[in-house]
Amino acid sequence: MNALIISGIMGVVMMFSGILLKQRSSVRAVALTGLFVAIVLNVMEMSGFHLFKIDITGMMKFDRLALFFNTIAMGCTFIFFLLSAKEMEKVGLNYSDYFALIFFILCGIILSSSFSSLLILFLGIEIISIPLYILTGSDKRNLKSNEASLKYFLLGSFSTGLMLMGITLIYGNSGSFSVEVIAESISKPDVKPGILLIAGLLLLMFSMAFKVSAAPFHFWTPDVYDGAPTVFTSFMATIVKAAVFIAFLRLFYYAFGNIHETWKLIIAIITALTLFIGNITAVFQQSVKRMLAYSSIAQAGFMLMAILALNASATEGILLYTTAYCLATIGLFAILVKMKDYTFEGFNGFAKHQPLLAAVAVVFLLSLAGIPLTAGFLAKFYMLNAVIEKGGFLWLVIFAVLMAAISVYYYFRVIQAMYFKEGEAQAIEVSTSFKWTIGLVAALVILLGVYPQLLFSWFYF
Amino acid sequence: MISLLLILIPLLSGIASFFFKKENAAKGWALLSSFATVAVSILGLTILNKTELLQFKCNWLPGLGSSFSIRLDGMGQLLCLLTAISFPLIFIATWNRTYRNAHNFFALMLLSQAGLMGVFLAMDALLFYFFWELALIPVYFLSSIWGAERRIAATFKFFIYTFVGSLLMLIGLIYIHSLTPDRSFDIRSFYAVAIDNKTQHWIFWLMFVAFAIKIPVFPFHSWQPDTYEQSPTAVTMVLSGIMVKMGLFAVIRWLLPVLPSASFAYGEKMISMWVIVGMIYASLLAWRQDDMKRLIAYSSIAHLGLMVVAIFSESEIGMQGVMIQMFNHGINILGLWVIVEILERKYGTRKLSELGGLAQKAPAMAIFFVVVALANIALPLTNAFVGEFMMFTGIFTSSMSEYEMITVPAAGITIILGAIYTLRMVQKVIYGNTNALTETGTDIGYNEKLVLGIIVILIIAGGIYPQAFLSLTEETTKFILNEANIYPSLGK
Repeated sequence: MNALIISGIMGVVMMFSGILLKQRSSVRAVALTGLFVAIVLNVMEMSGFHLFKIDITGMMKFDRLALFFNTIAMGCTFIFFLLSAKEMEKVGLNYSDYFALIFFILCGIILSSSFSSLLILFLGIEIISIPLYILTGSDKRNLKSNEASLKYFLLGSFSTGLMLMGITLIYGNSGSFSVEVIAESISKPDVKPGILLIAGLLLLMFSMAFKVSAAPFHFWTPDVYDGAPTVFTSFMATIVKAAVFIAFLRLFYYAFGNIHETWKLIIAIITALTLFIGNITAVFQQSVKRMLAYSSIAQAGFMLMAILALNASATEGILLYTTAYCLATIGLFAILVKMKDYTFEGFNGFAKHQPLLAAVAVVFLLSLAGIPLTAGFLAKFYMLNAVIEKGGFLWLVIFAVLMAAISVYYYFRVIQAMYFKEGEAQAIEVSTSFKWTIGLVAALVILLGVYPQLLFSWFYF
Repeated sequence: MISLLLILIPLLSGIASFFFKKENAAKGWALLSSFATVAVSILGLTILNKTELLQFKCNWLPGLGSSFSIRLDGMGQLLCLLTAISFPLIFIATWNRTYRNAHNFFALMLLSQAGLMGVFLAMDALLFYFFWELALIPVYFLSSIWGAERRIAATFKFFIYTFVGSLLMLIGLIYIHSLTPDRSFDIRSFYAVAIDNKTQHWIFWLMFVAFAIKIPVFPFHSWQPDTYEQSPTAVTMVLSGIMVKMGLFAVIRWLLPVLPSASFAYGEKMISMWVIVGMIYASLLAWRQDDMKRLIAYSSIAHLGLMVVAIFSESEIGMQGVMIQMFNHGINILGLWVIVEILERKYGTRKLSELGGLAQKAPAMAIFFVVVALANIALPLTNAFVGEFMMFTGIFTSSMSEYEMITVPAAGITIILGAIYTLRMVQKVIYGNTNALTETGTDIGYNEKLVLGIIVILIIAGGIYPQAFLSLTEETTKFILNEANIYPSLGK
């Protein structure tokens, strides 16, 4: 609750900071301070400190999962600001507005990670989406950015429509928006869930699958991620996606967990399709940015396994997975955004000119590929473990690791270009503080890969 | 403590090596570190050989039932000794080579040593998997950065191959983990778990494929000749001398005792047969090779194949033979690679057709070469003879074996073929007349004499007095075979 209010206020503050503050660096400083305060207050709320006494019973529930994920999401946003906030200057003139929009998105993230009523879920998803449509099109003079924005808006509204329809049908069935009431209405094993509920569940599932870019609802993803300004792609492919996943998990765990058996096969098929399409298509990309877009689809496939398994290790796993994925992808994008040429060839000889950046990029790529010693491995491990514990989906597990092996191909192409191929690397400017920050992020990725207890001890505070 | 040091010394000195500036400093540092490892390893064998010093355990991932648990048993001692001895020999033998960014080269070499040590020490399945991959990553970078012309494609093939294998193994490990009563990755829980026959069978294949790729067993071997050929020789030595032993080691430690009935069902009938086909095939290919690196690569497939057959014969003498042969093969092939390295550096070629007459020009090298080659054929008095003799006896007398009348003669043929291709290589390189290339040849330097001298001493010592190794591995062998015993269930 603390963080929600602070980030709401910060959004408004940032809107006006553009008028009051002339220096861009001071805008940045305000945003970083505000976010830092929000993180601190959120951590304090984890140990029971409430800034405001507001009755939110039945609407939201700031339980352990929600608070903990909010910390992760805001922490990753903080890292994102540190690494890439400067690059936002290049996008357009309305510098402070971008921060305002990102704070509003954070509000949406907090809403959708802590909802206990479908209304709040809907609000959360919408508050995430609308600023994103704007950010996607923020490079106003770029035709691709405009196209991406329009495409995203049209398809996004369509999926919102599906979601509303689903919520309505479920309301018609159980007479309430509250997830607890919905769960109770289907808790009796002998009563079969009504057709209204099943239809509503499917519509909700599909619209959520759209938002996390799971196949076959992924078609918007590559174009939107490719067309959007790279800094914002980095934000929407990581933190936003992770938040929608938490909402997805919450919805299906709290509301529809009782009838898990009826829908698990559909999720399994969606997972397999997502893994297949994401990985196979990523192999054929020529641009690293587009490859990362497809890789985000492929990674979504692994995260969907948590929704399939729906047990304790899945919850732990998705928290680790989102952290690992966000850190690695934000780090990679922070390097990518500094380059002019996004093709694989553009990375040729990169290691010679920027040995440190190349080394950290290797850590991030290894993490995404799921090689031991990095957080990405343990994240994938938790997912596989969760599905095996659940039982019955061994074919999916084997399929998933084969797909993970394919993913090595496209992640390692970047490593090969950087280290093993000769070439004139592009001259890029990096400040010392950037190097330190990104080095620390890489260290964090390795630390989480060796000792994930670091993260979980926070979860079980 | 000893076991922890064996991992920590190469790991920390490897990381430190990234920060060296001068090439010679990095070289010296790496050599120093590897000597320290040898010292610790020998201390662990002799003076400090106490159980509490050889094991180490601390919490790691309590939620998953995995702990950082390492221990040196007999087999581990032997393989850690091999890993420890090989690295200084490799560093000295390739001392005169210069590498671009030498500090990174030596750092990665030491990291791969840490990974290898970890594999041989791990007593926890997840930890084992961690080190299994940790050993692979540095080698991938080493070969891809410092290798020959076609290095990128060749090593990538190698990486993908082994990575697919290890992921399948990971599924197997997680599945066994989910069956253990206490949800633990500890090796004792793995040994204690009772898995029904049907489940054992498919888990067996998931895990065996990973090990078969690493060993490599025909038909998963196609990465091997290319990778050996394209890697810098120092890395080829690590790969062929030590890394391939990971596969054999894993079969003995993680496959036989955990999945006894599937190992019995497939090991004897199917795997042994196809391994033998692969051995003959590899031997014939080795015969026709012109490039020495490829020749030795194929010969290695044949030698390791025999060890696989002996493992699945599940007899005590055969298993002990495998253990000491893992050590001996490492030493012998290292000797061959040192010779190849010398030839390549001096004459710029590895092709048999371009060499000849070196006995006149480099007599010392010729003597060493012949001794190592004879060890490769497993002549009596050399170390390999002891190992191969024991393995053949094991296969022949094994109570598990039903096809020994086919396996033993068929595997025996590869010994003869081994003599043919090895002697052909010796003949083409050192006998005959000198040609334009070898006319100006000179003998080897002191560092090479030192390395080859040590190798020859190890070869002959192992051939004359194998008792030390036998008593070292006896306990492990009995333990493993006892765990892998399926007699009660078979009613024999």
